[in-house]
Amino acid sequence: MRTKKVTFRHRWLPYLLVAPQIAITLVFFIWPASQALYQSVLRQDAFGLKTEFVGLANFAKLFNDPLYLESFVTTVVYSAMVAGLSMGVALVLAVMADRVVRQATTYRTLLIWPYAVAPAVAGVLWWFLFNPTIGIAAYALDAVGYDWNHYQDGGDAMTLIVIAAAWRQVSYNFLFFLAGLQAIPRSLTEAAAIDGAGPVKRFWTIQLPLLSPTAFFLVVVNVVYAFFETFGIVHATTSGGPGNDTVILVYKVWRDAFEGLNLGSSAAQSVVLMVIVIALTAIQFRYLENRVEY
Amino acid sequence: MVERRPLLLVVQHAVLILGAAVFVFPIYLAFVASTHTAREVNSGLPLLPGDQMWTNYATVLGDGLSTAGAPPIGLMLMNSTIMALAITLGKLAISLLSSFAIVYFRFPFRVLAFWTIFITLMLPVEVRILPTYEVVAQLGMLNSYAGLSIPLIASATATFLFRQFFMTVPDELTEAARIDGAGPLKFFRDILVPLSRTNIAALFVILFIYGWNQYLWPLLVTTDESYYTVVMGIQRMANAGEETPQWHLIMSTAILALLPPVVVILAMQRLFVRGLVEVEK
Repeated sequence: MRTKKVTFRHRWLPYLLVAPQIAITLVFFIWPASQALYQSVLRQDAFGLKTEFVGLANFAKLFNDPLYLESFVTTVVYSAMVAGLSMGVALVLAVMADRVVRQATTYRTLLIWPYAVAPAVAGVLWWFLFNPTIGIAAYALDAVGYDWNHYQDGGDAMTLIVIAAAWRQVSYNFLFFLAGLQAIPRSLTEAAAIDGAGPVKRFWTIQLPLLSPTAFFLVVVNVVYAFFETFGIVHATTSGGPGNDTVILVYKVWRDAFEGLNLGSSAAQSVVLMVIVIALTAIQFRYLENRVEY
Repeated sequence: MVERRPLLLVVQHAVLILGAAVFVFPIYLAFVASTHTAREVNSGLPLLPGDQMWTNYATVLGDGLSTAGAPPIGLMLMNSTIMALAITLGKLAISLLSSFAIVYFRFPFRVLAFWTIFITLMLPVEVRILPTYEVVAQLGMLNSYAGLSIPLIASATATFLFRQFFMTVPDELTEAARIDGAGPLKFFRDILVPLSRTNIAALFVILFIYGWNQYLWPLLVTTDESYYTVVMGIQRMANAGEETPQWHLIMSTAILALLPPVVVILAMQRLFVRGLVEVEK
């Protein structure tokens, strides 16, 4: 790793400078993470008096637990829908905004601010909108013959959290797609236009292929977002219900730790989540490296 | 643009306006609901603002929802502000210092320090919920502003960004400073930090939003109502047991909870966009 050619020399100052960051990292990140690893191979009896080493038993139990596997599937479906919906909408809007030269900034202003709304607050807003008795969206659905009730219907509840999560994330995706589109050289577009390619054709043959690195990057970011940052949406609105239909993994690990008080299982779940984050981060960095060469 | 087709232009604007409208709609309705009485909200679907705005906002700010056991929102807003600012300034400060050390000094364990900081990227709170809670509990930091903010102020992203930026600062500046007899701290304070102004501001926007919008962490470390933050407190109001939720007050709270970060993002839009793209690079 590089430093400056010209550096300062001091015996203890650099250690002092990195100390606060390192201390916080060790105390609040590394140590708890290693505790999770450690606890994931232990089993504690109901009174917390005795702990024994059980090897990978907690993991074996976890992956034989239908509830956990169900939660896994729920999370994957949920993340795929959040990423798909928010990226699809963002792409359409970005393509439109890219073509509108003069008012692009105005539209950007109108579209970026949902990013600032907390996931939990976004959840509450959409919850109100879809409230079966007083929500206007539920009312509109009722008018076209759909009986919306996210308190009883798992599909409705899932739709609700997907919309709330995607709504906020569209802003983020929009900014990156717009930046990606604006980085495409005008000469390419013009050459294609002279050759007779219309806007739709140009989108499929020029813009979309050139956007694919951005899109790939955004897929990873969106999946990470849906996996780890939308706890608030689930907790503030559906609380995992109805039944267990909207229990995403992060919600489950929290519930098992603080309401189920199941330490071993919760720790094992933490470890699984850690593996997922590490894998996703690795993919992301892999991509970033590739882009540098590209 | 390459060609001019009036129809296409109309379609574009229509799509964008529709998109923007869909985006604003939930907030608009929340605002509308926050200006009516409970009865009006529960009976019909008012689409235009009512005249109860001041009453409702005064109620939530001053009294909160006593039935739901929620403290006054004024207090929660203050807690959120303290937490968000502590997290933001904390992250900026320790990241500036550590990237300065990593870029401008050669010392044993430098690379190790870098990787230790890097690892925090892979360990969000969500994957180590219980053990982190235990650490904070053992340190006696539950129900305190320190507990709300300090565990969150390690920042790999900010450190990377500053490191990246410091690498582009010309060496001549360092040499000149050294020739003039400036020590490392003087160089840091009088040259490096002023040069990083734009980066600091851009990160400020992003980190402030991050801090303000924390949900899981405050939920874990606060049981004392006087430390509730508004983003996590709103959930208590919405899930007030058997009673009919008081939507007009919940929506007033939602508006108050989303206003500060939205104002920050709109006021500092240029910096925000720049910061976001930089951070991900």
